[in-house]
Amino acid sequence: MSSLTISTPAPASSTAAQRRRARRRKGLRNAGYFLLLAGPNVALLLIFVYRPLLLSFYYSMLQWNVGSSVARFVGLENYQRWFTDPQTPQIMGTTAIFAVATVGGALVLGLALALLLNRKLFGRGIARTVAFAPYVLSGIAVGMLWLYIFDPRYGLLSTLLGWLGLASPQWYTTAPWALLMIIIVYLWKHVGYVALIYLAGLQAIPQDLRDAASLDGATAWRTFRSIVLPLLGPVTFFLLITTMLSSLQSFDLIKAMTDGGPLGSTTTLMYQIYLEGFQTGRAGYASASATILFIILLVITGVQLKYMERKVHYS
Amino acid sequence: MTTALERPAPDQTATETPAPPADVREPRARGERRRRPGAVVLDASLYVTLLVAILVMSVPLIWMFLASFKDNSELVSLPLQWLPRSWDLDNFVQVAASIPIGRMFANSVGLTLVGAGLKVFLALCCAYAVVFISIPLRNAVFIVVLFALLIPGQITIIPNYTLIADLGWLNTYQGILVPGLASAFGTFLFRQHFLSLPISVLEAAELDGAGHWRRLWRFVVPMSMPTVAAVGLISLVNEWNDYLWPMLVTDNTDTMTLPVGLTLLQDVDGIQNWGVLMAATVAVTLPMLLFFLILQRRLVAGLTAGAVTG
Repeated sequence: MSSLTISTPAPASSTAAQRRRARRRKGLRNAGYFLLLAGPNVALLLIFVYRPLLLSFYYSMLQWNVGSSVARFVGLENYQRWFTDPQTPQIMGTTAIFAVATVGGALVLGLALALLLNRKLFGRGIARTVAFAPYVLSGIAVGMLWLYIFDPRYGLLSTLLGWLGLASPQWYTTAPWALLMIIIVYLWKHVGYVALIYLAGLQAIPQDLRDAASLDGATAWRTFRSIVLPLLGPVTFFLLITTMLSSLQSFDLIKAMTDGGPLGSTTTLMYQIYLEGFQTGRAGYASASATILFIILLVITGVQLKYMERKVHYS
Repeated sequence: MTTALERPAPDQTATETPAPPADVREPRARGERRRRPGAVVLDASLYVTLLVAILVMSVPLIWMFLASFKDNSELVSLPLQWLPRSWDLDNFVQVAASIPIGRMFANSVGLTLVGAGLKVFLALCCAYAVVFISIPLRNAVFIVVLFALLIPGQITIIPNYTLIADLGWLNTYQGILVPGLASAFGTFLFRQHFLSLPISVLEAAELDGAGHWRRLWRFVVPMSMPTVAAVGLISLVNEWNDYLWPMLVTDNTDTMTLPVGLTLLQDVDGIQNWGVLMAATVAVTLPMLLFFLILQRRLVAGLTAGAVTG
């Protein structure tokens, strides 16, 4: 770049009017570039994220089938039906159990794994790799694989339970076991990710704090409870929110393993949207469910933002 | 790209040994490590725990791989046998006979590469505009992007499905690809990174007559390669594994992706043919597994970005 053609500032001899015109030209050029560079991304967001958000509210007030051109406006009837539907308590119960079990389990197991992997143990590099690998795999494939492991007759798990003198439950066909099965697989797939984030958090804790604690004679448990855990607070909160959101939105595992059954016992709110929208054909009702899920997620995210704001100046 | 994870782990003696009673501070201060019987037992139990963890995480994958080579009689024999009698590819041949797996594989590879590539491209352009082109309202544009992060995918599926159907895009590549292209997350990460770049370099480039396009590709992108790589790799993983949307939009094996084809196989016969299913599962997971093993560090860096610093 040898040429030194300086476009700005304008030559000193120019009049104020000329300068203003030059500035306006530059402003227009900038606006053009802005439109060219940011435009496509923003347009796609408006078309495929914002438009559906608004439409979904509208659809939730229709009695309508996906793919059909006939729709009847029913106002808030879908919501009314949702709140009085005998299925709703079961679906919300399943969603809550699934969310609490997967989030709680992933956080506790993930932290335990992170503490283990943070020690100078031979083989921890392999363990870290192996623990994290399932996270990048297809949920459908993982579901399928575990379906085979859970096979009550020929599955690996029934053999392992046999060694312990236990009979394998009928995982696929009995209500509480099917949900437990999906929770176990969800944890297997996600615990490595949680451990990894915790590990990064643990390594950001200054060593001198722990040294000081041990000089003061603190036990390992005391150090963990009074120093490590509080300092992991922001990381824990980040994980709490992100795993909660991903848990409430999980679809692949349920689709691959139970398709919402048996008897609707693994149908979460997310899964209901899919079933109603694309299987039963009640798209309006599904949109009402989607809107309710959105409000739940919005509340959770709102809490996060509020909390994060307080935590920003933490370190 | 170094992250906190790649730093050597700090010395853990503080939590490793059971803490001494208050009166033995002295030897510890001199850095002497007191091994007591309790510590040995603790170490041993930690190794056992680590081993169990490794087994729990890895055995299912090994089991899947082994099962993909077993024939039906081996799969239903009790007690279970670990190794297949022969390493022939019967199950893979059967997969190929029941679904056009070659075509699906090509679809998945193509859509993954194009989808992730376009996603990164769009996000880079958008983030550059938001950070470096000063026009009024640019912050409003960024807020539009940021807010999109809060809108869950579920709420968009029915309206987007209707739109794609109206456009006649069901069972087309663009139908699978286009609705997922806009990347709020990528734009957000790129913006955060761009804000940390030295502005003087760009001012110098501007004085030298470099336009925005040139500044973006010759200066900003080369200075941001680690972030670009991280976002790109995460996009690749997500695109490859994406299931719900391609499943809704395609029921035709010509445009179907591999994960969707996998469930097709599950539906084929009421009785699960585990050998065939596991062979197909290997076909879906193996590329990502290899991809992960090779690029582990960068992927980890990308996934943990923003988690710990917040």
